[in-house]
Amino acid sequence: MSRVDHAEASSRFIEAKDHADFHDQRLWDLRGKRDTESRKLPEWEALRMLASQIKEHTLSHLADYLEEFERNAKANGIVVHWARDAAEHNETVYRILQQHGATTLVKSKSMLTDECEMRPYLARRGVEIIETDLGERIQQLDDEPPSHIVVPAVHKLRADVAEVFARHIGTDPGNHDVPYLAESQRRHTRPYYLKAQAAMTGANFAVAETGSFVVCTNEGNADLGANIAPLHIASIGIEKLIPKLEHLGVFVRMLSRSALGSPITQITSHFRAPRPGTELHVVLVDNGRSERLGMADFWRSLKCIRCGACMNTCPVYRRSGGLSYGSTYSGPIGVIIDPTFDLRKYSSLPFASTLNGSCTMVCPVKIDIHAQIMKWREVIAQRHQLPMVKREAMRLAGKVLASPRLYRAAVEAAAAGIDHLPRTLLYNPFNAWGRQREVPAAPALTFRQWYLKHRGGKP
Amino acid sequence: MTGSREQILAAVRGHQPAPVELPELPDFNADADTSLVAFGDALARLGGRLVMPEGTPADTVRACHPQAQVIVSATPEVAGTRPLPDAAQPGALDDVEVGVVRAAFGVAETGSVYLSEAEFGVNALGFLPQHLVVLLDPAAILPGIQQAWRHPAFRSARYAALMTGPSATADIEGVLIRGAQGVRSLTVIPCAAP
Repeated sequence: MSRVDHAEASSRFIEAKDHADFHDQRLWDLRGKRDTESRKLPEWEALRMLASQIKEHTLSHLADYLEEFERNAKANGIVVHWARDAAEHNETVYRILQQHGATTLVKSKSMLTDECEMRPYLARRGVEIIETDLGERIQQLDDEPPSHIVVPAVHKLRADVAEVFARHIGTDPGNHDVPYLAESQRRHTRPYYLKAQAAMTGANFAVAETGSFVVCTNEGNADLGANIAPLHIASIGIEKLIPKLEHLGVFVRMLSRSALGSPITQITSHFRAPRPGTELHVVLVDNGRSERLGMADFWRSLKCIRCGACMNTCPVYRRSGGLSYGSTYSGPIGVIIDPTFDLRKYSSLPFASTLNGSCTMVCPVKIDIHAQIMKWREVIAQRHQLPMVKREAMRLAGKVLASPRLYRAAVEAAAAGIDHLPRTLLYNPFNAWGRQREVPAAPALTFRQWYLKHRGGKP
Repeated sequence: MTGSREQILAAVRGHQPAPVELPELPDFNADADTSLVAFGDALARLGGRLVMPEGTPADTVRACHPQAQVIVSATPEVAGTRPLPDAAQPGALDDVEVGVVRAAFGVAETGSVYLSEAEFGVNALGFLPQHLVVLLDPAAILPGIQQAWRHPAFRSARYAALMTGPSATADIEGVLIRGAQGVRSLTVIPCAAP
């Protein structure tokens, strides 16, 4: 697996200035809406604390809750499957589809199925898959992964969507009107709900005490699929468990407020048992989660409820776009999850952060995201996964910062250097910082020189 | 398959962090405003509308959608132009313009209504028609979403939805479209249950 080069991919993203500017503003707008909405609830901080505690409790008793969920789901008539990894998940889904002779699948949004790369697997076996969420459908037709976990096509402008739709669903390429594009997708997708032999959803929460699961959506696509097709398959990561129904009152109150700044999603659907005469299957997926649970510094990332607030607030994510992370999960949450899948491949991601901590402050389940990013940097340095330039620069910086004498000499030399060195030398390949920025003019005196001159005391 | 189940449970058990206690849930906003005004304001924020009844519920449905040719109702209070199809044939609702249903209860905090198979008859009635009209007893409005999940209905329904306004999307440039793939409008008519 080749390494993801986040900085290189970002530089291509930034080149398309209109796209990059819009992306930044759109996500910052979502962050603002989240702030407004959260401030309306005086108990907001209490809810975050409760959500964090409930998730930590559940994860620390996860095996028992998984068994309780399975027992109750089975009693309700749900068929429960277990998948250790992506391959077993995909095989399981395919086997269920085959048993029902299903060749067309209407699918609502699920990051887990993207993580498992299920779509290409099923497509190769002749299953026609229709992503029914508008953003996810745009990305499917354009053969790109989602760039954001809540708004999958947020990096595209309306003209891009018009171009994709004209190519694939026969819209007028010159018509960039957003209501026209959305209406075209509605009309294009409707017949598939009626003819599909199977529907698929993810789940936002799986409730142990009732053996039911909850799907939070806005478009109506998940409910159209699941309430029409004779077969409903739900893929659920094992970390989605919560103990009781009443706990939904904590998580659902924060999910859409954190994600989009709306009080609740338009539809909050509860699936407890199959409709009479139909089948409901749940696939509980591990795919690295049980291993992550054992990582002392990183297990709390499993508390994530996939709201995307950390992405919307992150200055690096907003200015580099989700696709530059080269993974299903991007932004701050991706930065701390991705290395658990493949440390070498994703070793550049923990450096895609300013460590400003804003992600941690907006996280509704209080994941210490920026602290985990810092910790990953340590792990990567220890395991010699740093690129040569960064490694050498850090080694040198370590030496210089450890010695007051070397430090003073370096600062004075740097100040002189900035003013007198030719640009070609100053903006050399080792100066990553200076690639998109001008190095500021050096002040006349260093702080130490100023202090000695004006305070006159001994240093 | 049992092999995977046992392996996952063993791996989870072997890796679980030190036990963390489950906190008690306080009853937030239990005494919040449950008036129709509060409910209607919350509903309007998510694009739904509250229409006060004039005449019978059937008259009000008709007044909301005067052009509709095909109306299917799951509540005996309103006669549709066509009976509800068999639950095994949800696709038969494809050409319906207006679906009518009575909610079990509403939630003032969010403007949501609770609808399950008991209310819908055919679950797709909430999604395949172009428009949905929901009758709601003003006495059946709960203060907050937290109180909603203490309602026993969630424990017996096979399928249940808290619906809050019409279907919507903002997936293209954040432009809000009401009427994404499910219903294009959602109207709540407050009237006491018979």
